[in-house]
Amino acid sequence: MQTQLQAVPTMPEPVARPDMLVCQDLKKVYPTPTGDYVVLDDLQLSIKESEFVSIIGHSGCGKSTLLTMIAGLNEISGGQIIVDKDPVREAGPDRAVVFQSPSLLPWLTALQNVMIGVKQVFPSASRAEKEEICKYYLDKVGLGNDFHKRATDLSQGMQQRVGIARAFALKPKVLLLDEPFGMLDSLTRGELQDVLLEIWQKEKITAVAITHDVDESIFLADRVIMMTSGPYAKIGDELEIPFERPRNRKEVLEHPDYYDYRAYLLNFLNH
Amino acid sequence: MKDKSIKTLKMFGLGFLEPLIRIFSGEEPAKNGKIFFTRALLPLLSIFVFIAIWHAGAMALYNSEADARIEKAREEQGEEAAIAMQECIESGDISCQPNTLPSPAQVYGAFQALCQDHQSISEKKDDFKERVSETNEQREAQGLDPITYTGRPSFLDQIGTSLKTVFAGCLLAMFIAVPIGIIIGLSPSLRTSFNWLIQILKPVSPVVWLLLVFMIVKTVITDPSLDKSFIISFISVGLCAMWATLVNTSMGVSTVDKDFINVAKVLKLNIGQNIFKIILPASLPLIFTGLRITVSVAWMVLIAIELLAQSPGLGSFVWEEFQNGANDSNAKIIVAMFVIGLIGFLLDRIMLSVQNMMSFNKGMA
Ligand SMILES: Nc1ncnc2c1ncn2[C@@H]1O[C@H](COP(=O)(O)OP(=O)(O)OP(=O)(O)O)[C@@H](O)[C@H]1O
Ligand SMILES: [Mg+2]
Repeated sequence: MQTQLQAVPTMPEPVARPDMLVCQDLKKVYPTPTGDYVVLDDLQLSIKESEFVSIIGHSGCGKSTLLTMIAGLNEISGGQIIVDKDPVREAGPDRAVVFQSPSLLPWLTALQNVMIGVKQVFPSASRAEKEEICKYYLDKVGLGNDFHKRATDLSQGMQQRVGIARAFALKPKVLLLDEPFGMLDSLTRGELQDVLLEIWQKEKITAVAITHDVDESIFLADRVIMMTSGPYAKIGDELEIPFERPRNRKEVLEHPDYYDYRAYLLNFLNH
Repeated sequence: MKDKSIKTLKMFGLGFLEPLIRIFSGEEPAKNGKIFFTRALLPLLSIFVFIAIWHAGAMALYNSEADARIEKAREEQGEEAAIAMQECIESGDISCQPNTLPSPAQVYGAFQALCQDHQSISEKKDDFKERVSETNEQREAQGLDPITYTGRPSFLDQIGTSLKTVFAGCLLAMFIAVPIGIIIGLSPSLRTSFNWLIQILKPVSPVVWLLLVFMIVKTVITDPSLDKSFIISFISVGLCAMWATLVNTSMGVSTVDKDFINVAKVLKLNIGQNIFKIILPASLPLIFTGLRITVSVAWMVLIAIELLAQSPGLGSFVWEEFQNGANDSNAKIIVAMFVIGLIGFLLDRIMLSVQNMMSFNKGMA
């Protein structure tokens, strides 16, 4: 693996790809008993098609707020979010979300949890075709033998695997992940990062992942976005991670530039 | 095998037998023996203590009533009458027995008498059926209603009637409370507007419901072939008991996990899918908690309602025995009390196992 450290954090894209996700002058205000609380203000962000972006920032700066706004689960107070040329108005399966808690429907099996979404997105497919899709993704996340297990009978890590399968099975335009591995132990977390990257490598879905973990943000993303602390949070800085894909944890960790990137991010967070 | 049987036992509320199974499979006999002692033997022991205290209490009451009678005879009719009274009481003659709290033995006797009574009544019924079978066939051919047995119902028949009424009442409660609860739960404005009404109606006494239902049923149902007293009592039971289910359903629906709601939003489920695939399954545990309360309330108010509506059942049995005032009436009332308690307990256990089956957190497959 031979990649050079970019002296300037933002470098021009090698191939000009269209923007998949754009936030313009984005603003979010939460009304509180003591007056309005402006979480995000004048936030500008654009993410290219098939780009994997991770967002880091201090706790409470508004990362989840940004993500839920993109998902359409949280009202936009000002500015706009454009996904594939259409402004976001409400939630929809073109923006799949993986939350920190797996949020599977506990009364359904792993397969049914994926199926409920597939049915919505591919209403005209035959029963067998739909099942094919569900099983394909469950197999990809390593649950080939657990199709018919109840969600509650799966471990946290396995539940989150189902969550990932469910999101990919929707064939979304954008994949949104809010600290997807935050509740897992470090071993499981590593496994799931690999699983996620492996599927992503095949599908190349535009992805936005929030994380608290600097190493995770570097390993997953093509570009790490750093948010300033709130209130009035915006994008503070960006860092391109030009490591080759498919990535291998060991190679990434041993890469000569890895620690420079890491130091750069930590430096931002500590100031 | 072992774990499976333990799981099954727990589901039926027989978890106290768990240590016994563990002992038989040779698992830490000392520890499990101790657990079995505290979970199963101690409760049994407490029942014995209860019976002993009851026995002693009944004896004391008996003696004091007997003394009072003797004393009264002495005051009113002199020493001779007092001795006669004492002899009469000691001989066990029914005419002069003190009438007070019956002892456990008397209650057991009354229980046996009731069982025998049931047997003899069943025989009479069968006999009657045989005798009228020919006439009934003829009547049927003529298009007339068959002749039915109209004799006194036995204690067991009364239990059956009561169970039927409770069942009908609970079904009614379910069919009213669950749909309304879902509708109210879905809309915060409906919830606030109904809240007052519910809060006001919830504490209304069963007696008032009965009267209300009576007023309505009396005018609405004019067909004499319908069993009006049954209709009145089961509707009243349903109305009294439905509030817990109503409140729990609306609470369950309105507090569905935000994550599930988000899933529904992202998948763009329509309102029907949203209710049947997300909201209803998510609130089932709370709905069944409500139904469990409904069943126990229904059983509790049933006795009072039957008593007042004069519909057959345990309530009227108790009332009739009380009015009857025969020598073993008190004992029969206490038999009824235990039967009512036991059936209430069993109903609750059944509902508890249903509730456990419905709660998805326990991972019941
Ligand atoms: N519904 C709400 N009403 C009022 N204030 C809110 C609401 N949701 C979030 N906030 C506030 O907005 C700020 C940003 O919240 P947000 O959850 O987006 O932060 P975050 O960056 O995701 O934090 P974390 O890293 O801890 O998840 C916080 O100060 C939070 O207290
Ligand atoms: Mg967050």
